[in-house]
Amino acid sequence: MGGKTLTRAELAEAVYRKVGLSRTESAQLVEMVLQEVCDAVVRGETVKLSSFATFQVRDKNERIGRNPKTGEEVPISPRRVMTFKASNVLKDRILKAHQDRQPRESA
Amino acid sequence: MIKSELVQTIANRNPHLYLRDVENIVNAIFEEISDALAEGNRVELRGFGAFSVKNRPARTGRNPRTGESVEVEEKWVPFFKTGKELRERLNEDKDS
Repeated sequence: MGGKTLTRAELAEAVYRKVGLSRTESAQLVEMVLQEVCDAVVRGETVKLSSFATFQVRDKNERIGRNPKTGEEVPISPRRVMTFKASNVLKDRILKAHQDRQPRESA
Repeated sequence: MIKSELVQTIANRNPHLYLRDVENIVNAIFEEISDALAEGNRVELRGFGAFSVKNRPARTGRNPRTGESVEVEEKWVPFFKTGKELRERLNEDKDS
């Protein structure tokens, strides 16, 4: 378990395995899906993927930050950021999977 | 945009695929990410962002209403960091 980093290649492989398109087309579709989610978020849309997560855009006001190295105060310009909110299904699944792997102390 | 709309958009661009196949493709992608996180792995998608799991150690919390101490169990929570390219695209108009 754990410690691996997956990339587009593994997602394409999963599509190839589960859907049975060619590897090339599987990779293209992974790209297309990610691009579509990006585009929707950039347009300001909320993207809700049930049992996975919600991606949303939030507007941040200007605030004063500090350069941690020099201690100098610098204004942080107003900006748009994307927020990720995992669904309860995903949160529960991750929590349970990790708890089950924890060695239980024998009472 | 919800999942069915995402599926429809992708299907419209790929008239050679059945809607059912596109549904399976979209599900396969997000299931693969979920599986990876459940296994304790990271998923890094350049330009989009990186999914990972953060550990929150057990701590003694307090009920803010009663002031009572409560033991909070160790937790593992999904975390996402937006990719550089997407972060920049979100602010294109402002930076230039």
